[in-house]
Amino acid sequence: MKNSLIALGRDALSSLRDLMPIIAVVSAFQLFVFRQPAGNLLSLLLGALLVVAGLSFFIFGLRLALFPVGERLAYSLARKGSVFWLLSFAFLLGFGTTFAEPALLAVADEAARVAANANVIAMSPEALGTYSFELRMIVALAVGVALVVGVLRILINWSLPLLIIGGYLLIIVITTIAPQEIVSIAYDSGGVTTSTVTVPLVTALGIGLASSVKGRNPMTDGFGLIALASLMPILFVLIFGIVMQ
Amino acid sequence: MTLLGSITQFVLGSAADVLPIAIFLFVFQRLVIGEHMSNWKQIAVGFVFVVFGLGLFLVGLEQTLFPLGRLMAQQLTDPEFLRQDSGGAAELVWQDYYWVYIFALAIGFSTTMAEPALIAVAMKASTVSGGTISVWSLRIAVAIGVGVGVSLGCFRIIAGTPVHYFIAAGYLVVIVQTALAPKIIVPLAYDSGGVTTSTVTVPLITALGLGLSEAVPGRSPLLDGFGLVAFASLFPIISVLAYGQLAALRARVSSPDSGNRDNEKEDNHAL
Repeated sequence: MKNSLIALGRDALSSLRDLMPIIAVVSAFQLFVFRQPAGNLLSLLLGALLVVAGLSFFIFGLRLALFPVGERLAYSLARKGSVFWLLSFAFLLGFGTTFAEPALLAVADEAARVAANANVIAMSPEALGTYSFELRMIVALAVGVALVVGVLRILINWSLPLLIIGGYLLIIVITTIAPQEIVSIAYDSGGVTTSTVTVPLVTALGIGLASSVKGRNPMTDGFGLIALASLMPILFVLIFGIVMQ
Repeated sequence: MTLLGSITQFVLGSAADVLPIAIFLFVFQRLVIGEHMSNWKQIAVGFVFVVFGLGLFLVGLEQTLFPLGRLMAQQLTDPEFLRQDSGGAAELVWQDYYWVYIFALAIGFSTTMAEPALIAVAMKASTVSGGTISVWSLRIAVAIGVGVGVSLGCFRIIAGTPVHYFIAAGYLVVIVQTALAPKIIVPLAYDSGGVTTSTVTVPLITALGLGLSEAVPGRSPLLDGFGLVAFASLFPIISVLAYGQLAALRARVSSPDSGNRDNEKEDNHAL
């Protein structure tokens, strides 16, 4: 208990340090560029305090729950030796967390409006809803597939640079033939999929797996899942845009 | 009172995000693996901390830093503000936007330093590499990448260069670096690109991109407002690969026989 408190206190200090750059940048610009006082100083201070407390709690919980759970599951699944369950787990984790992601919902609704403005779909609530739902399905599917590919890569020892660079080359080529309006949405959807809760879990999964499969090094083989999870949605959404056209 | 209300709202919101994941993990553990989590109490407490932490973190940002950041992005891209610096010239050229570049660099760097997902990945990288890669230096490398990326992305919006040129050129650099950089840094560098565009950075740089594409004549928010996220994901890959190359180079120069140990001070976050 006492050790936990010390750990939490240390996290709080680190969080305070993490936040200093933002506070410095914002205050410097307010004072020297705009030459105006930084709004309500008290409320700014209170907000900063909340951010520091939140970040410390998050990091503390990360070590207590997200990291151990992700790694435990990876170890257990690797020991079980069932590739089917391992891939199912990877797919469900990617698909489920992405489909439930609030940031994705916002982007998908926005995308539906853009598509309606460009006359790709009708300007009715049903058509907008369907489009937004389909887009979320596509992105969630993409992240699920990305994690499956990433886990397979760790098992089979595919080259990550080849996968990533090949993937982005493909994206650049497809971007040139995809409809202009979907390009922005596609690139954005790659960014919103990797949320703050998913990242630690997925990282722990990759590293746990790489440390339990013989001949794999957690450093060179454990990372890469996030990179795939950011790449795949761009590709899938671009193709979705071409098909919908 | 309103603050308490929004705290409750955000904590509930983050609970709604985390709960399905937690349930999925528990169910999978029970049904497929058929094991009880022996330390489930510790894990449950951890999840509660994650939920409260994320909730408080977001309230704090939403209440103070985000509105201020958005306001600043608006003010910086306001033609009135830009003109007063350029000496009242009617036509603005891309150099007149220098405060935008500086702000983009600073805000990209500073928000990335506070990005929780990046802290998580850096902690893991430090543990796995046995401290060779320190949490602190990895985060600085990523933050520099995001800062430069966002700044360059702003220049692109103002100059109107097609986004593909930069992305294609950037990935060309990544390909060359991948061939040259130490093998252990490569997967981590690729992951760094994906982590950066998360809770803190995206809302602020999106505001900057949208503000800019509205303010600059001939740009459309729909077509030009987005590129910043792509830039913020690409440049950290380059900067982290460069960090790996520098570390390897320094190790080779200083002590050819003692391996490439990084002597930088361990961070508090490291386990």
